[in-house]
Amino acid sequence: MASMRDIKRRRGSIQSTQQITKAMKLVSTVKLQRAKQRAEQSKAYFNCMYETVTSMLAKAGNLNHPYLRGGESSKKAVIVITSNRGLAGGYNSNIVKLITKGDLKKEDLRIYAIGKKGRDALNRYGYEVVNEDYSGIIEEPLYVDAMALSSKILEAYTNGEFGEIYLAYTGFKNTVVHEPTLLKLLPVEPEKKEADTAQKESKALMNFEPEDDEALELIIPKYVTSLIYGGLIEAVASENGARMQAMDSATSNAEEMIDHLSLMYNRARQGSITQELTEIIAGANAIS
Amino acid sequence: MAENDNKFTLKIITPDRTFYEDEVSMVEFNTVEGEVGIFKQHIPMTMIISPGILTITSDGDIKEAALHAGFAEVLPDKVTILAEIIEWPAEIDLNRAQEAKGRAEERIRENAPGTDMKRAEMSLRRAVARIEAVK
Repeated sequence: MASMRDIKRRRGSIQSTQQITKAMKLVSTVKLQRAKQRAEQSKAYFNCMYETVTSMLAKAGNLNHPYLRGGESSKKAVIVITSNRGLAGGYNSNIVKLITKGDLKKEDLRIYAIGKKGRDALNRYGYEVVNEDYSGIIEEPLYVDAMALSSKILEAYTNGEFGEIYLAYTGFKNTVVHEPTLLKLLPVEPEKKEADTAQKESKALMNFEPEDDEALELIIPKYVTSLIYGGLIEAVASENGARMQAMDSATSNAEEMIDHLSLMYNRARQGSITQELTEIIAGANAIS
Repeated sequence: MAENDNKFTLKIITPDRTFYEDEVSMVEFNTVEGEVGIFKQHIPMTMIISPGILTITSDGDIKEAALHAGFAEVLPDKVTILAEIIEWPAEIDLNRAQEAKGRAEERIRENAPGTDMKRAEMSLRRAVARIEAVK
């Protein structure tokens, strides 16, 4: 049995770890609130953007534009959104797994990594990671960041460097459910849902200024940018949610360990008192 | 409600917030095809915005903002502007805009090889729109 001093020291160190995890949990709870609020504020924009683009595509369905057709190159660009810091449970590794275990061939991929964790992990696995630092973006996602990134990627896409663009991020369903998602950005695939037909018909009367293909040329980049921005915002919310959960269970695990160690400590203390007493009584008996 | 007959809903949303939402009688802004002014009962149309001043007229009350990028969806009784960047005059840093204008003009005048002329022109137009909005 470990000595009393060892147990006491161990318990002390766990207690201070628990204090750290507790503090981290509180911090990520606050950050989560903010991130959630931001996600909600921007929702209107994305819904409207999505509606406009789908109605456009419904109307201009058979246009032969590169944004709709896809490039000839077999290369695929993947924007991978992870965090810069760990201690968020499976948050980062889930995204990495989405890439490594997915259907996409390793040789075809070019990774644009936002967030250090994903970049380092995919580098280690030997993926072609674009050597540019986007890790600052995830700390405080701004629309201009998304704009800069999307214009860069779209330029490479129009130059034929790759034929498809994907976005890998963690979707934020609610505080406890986060889903690693792989989303195809380009070429845009018009969704064919029966339920939307009525709405599409009413929107089919919509005119475009300038003409359809030109408008498409201008709107699609905005659409891609808004998807990237939406991905960033959801990823931030998910990161904080995941960290909150991870730190919550770490705190309760620490609590459990402390309880167990306290029990052991008390037992050891009692044992040593009993032993001392037996020794004293035995000594007294020997004298008399 | 006679005074409401010529009014429609204007909604301006940005990625970060709902910028403006109210009943208005007219809205004017720049599109890639030129300046437009929209009243109620406009035919349904989607327009791409180019940098310029956005003017909102409501009961003789005029509000201005600098609108830089985005697109607008016009319906007979509703106009939705999806703005990537939009600012009220109070939010504009005039000195910065003037500096940006100077820089862009410089770049266009020099016309050095490798200069992205389109980008320089866009930043010039943004700067001009900002300065105009403050005035």
